[in-house]
Amino acid sequence: MLAIPAPLIQAEVARARTLAISLSGITRRFGHKWALRGIELDVAFGDLVVIQGHNGGGKSTLLRVIATAIMPTGGTGRILGKDLWREAAAIRAESALLGTTNGLYEDLSATENLLFAARMLGVRQPAERVAEALRQVGLANDAHERVRAFSSGMQRRLALGRLLLQQPKLLLLDEPFNTLDADGVALVSALIAGTRERGGAVVIVLHDLARLTMPPSATYTMTAGRLS
Amino acid sequence: MNAAWTRVSAVAAKDLTAERRAKANIVAVTSLGALTLLVFGFAIGPDVATLRTAAAGILWLSVLFSGVLVFHRSYQIELDGGALEALLLYPGERWEIFVGKLLANLFVVLLVEAIVIPVALVLYHVAIPDTWPQLLVVILLGTLGFVTLGTFYSAMASRTRSREVLLPLLLFPMLVPVLLAAVEGSAAYLSGNAMGDAGAWLRLLIVFDVIFILAALFVFEHIIEA
Repeated sequence: MLAIPAPLIQAEVARARTLAISLSGITRRFGHKWALRGIELDVAFGDLVVIQGHNGGGKSTLLRVIATAIMPTGGTGRILGKDLWREAAAIRAESALLGTTNGLYEDLSATENLLFAARMLGVRQPAERVAEALRQVGLANDAHERVRAFSSGMQRRLALGRLLLQQPKLLLLDEPFNTLDADGVALVSALIAGTRERGGAVVIVLHDLARLTMPPSATYTMTAGRLS
Repeated sequence: MNAAWTRVSAVAAKDLTAERRAKANIVAVTSLGALTLLVFGFAIGPDVATLRTAAAGILWLSVLFSGVLVFHRSYQIELDGGALEALLLYPGERWEIFVGKLLANLFVVLLVEAIVIPVALVLYHVAIPDTWPQLLVVILLGTLGFVTLGTFYSAMASRTRSREVLLPLLLFPMLVPVLLAAVEGSAAYLSGNAMGDAGAWLRLLIVFDVIFILAALFVFEHIIEA
C-alpha cells in the first residue's frame, strides 16, 4: 500500500481548516439509491456558491449533509474547520440551514416560534432580538398571530427571521425565494450579503439564477448525485 | 449546564404551549381514559368486590391507552411543519431535546391522571386508602417509567412511515415490567398493603425508572438521527 507522507496530510488538513467547506469523496445512500456520489467541494469564507440541477439530483441532500442534518455514507469533510463526522454539534452551532420546509410550529405564534429558536440558540436578550427580527422580516404587525393562519410567503419570512437571530458563519439556503414577494426576495439578498460581510460563506440551491441579485463566486451543477 | 437547562425548558414549554392550543387533543385523551374505565367496568359487571380488585389494573390500562395518544402527538407537532429537522439542527446535545419532551409528556399524562383517577375511584367503588401518600409515590414512579419509555419509543416511531401502528407495538412489550410493578404496587396500597409487599414493588419501580432513564438518555441521540 502506498503511504502518504505525513507532511502532505498535515498540509491538506491545514488547507481544509482555512475553508468554510471542504468535502472529499462524500457519498450518501438512501436504501439502494445513491443520492450523492463522490462529492468534491471547496468553499472559501466569503464565497457565495450556487448549486443548480434537475429535481432529484441530490442538491438538497448535499445541503443537509453539510448542515449535519444527515450524516454521509462515506467520504471526509471539514465544515468551518471542524470534522464532519466527529464535530457535528460544533458545526451546527455556527451554521444554519433553510430547507424546503420552514420548520415552524403552526400552533405557536410568530413571536413564540422565534423565542423558542432564540432560547435554543442561546441568543442574549431574546425578546429584543426577536422583536427586531420580526420587524426586519415585516411581520411585526402579525407577531402574535398563530403561524397556522399565515400564508406560505409569511411562513417563509418567519423562517428567515430565525436565520437573522442566528447570524451564522455558514448559511445554507434551499430554494429560499420560493413563495416570496419582491420584498421577501430583497430580504434574502440582504441576508446573503450580511453573512458574507461578516466573513461567512453562503451555499444556495437555486433553479432560477435570475432571482439572485449578486454574482456568485462559483456555480455548480448537480446531476444524479455528481457535482460538476 | 445553564444553557442545557434553557434548551430543556424551551422544548418543554414549546410542547406544552402547542398542547394547550390544541385543546381538542387533551379533551380527547382524557375522554379516552375515562371511556376505557367505563367500558372495562361494564365488562367486569356490577360485583363491587371484583371491581375493587380490578381497579388498579384497569386504571393503569386507561393511562396506557391515553398516554399513547400523548406520545404520538408529542412528535407529530415536530413532523407537521418539518420542524424536526430544524429542531435537530439547533446547537446542543440530543438528550436536552429528550428531557424537554419527557417533562412536557410527564406533565400532560399527570394531568390526565388527575382527572382519570377520581373517575376510577368512583366507578370502581374504591375508597381512598390510609396509605395514599405511598400510593401517590407509586403512581408518580410508574408514570415516570411509562412516560420515559413512551417518549423514547415515540421518537423512534416518528422516523418511520407507519408510526401510529409501530408505537404501541414497540412500547407495550417494553412496558411490561413497569406496568406490572405499578399495577401490583397500586393494588397493594389500595388494599392498605395487607400483604406487606408494596415496598418491594416500589423499589422495583425505582430500579426500572433509573435503568430506563439512563438507557434512553444514552441511546436517544442514535435513534433520533437514524
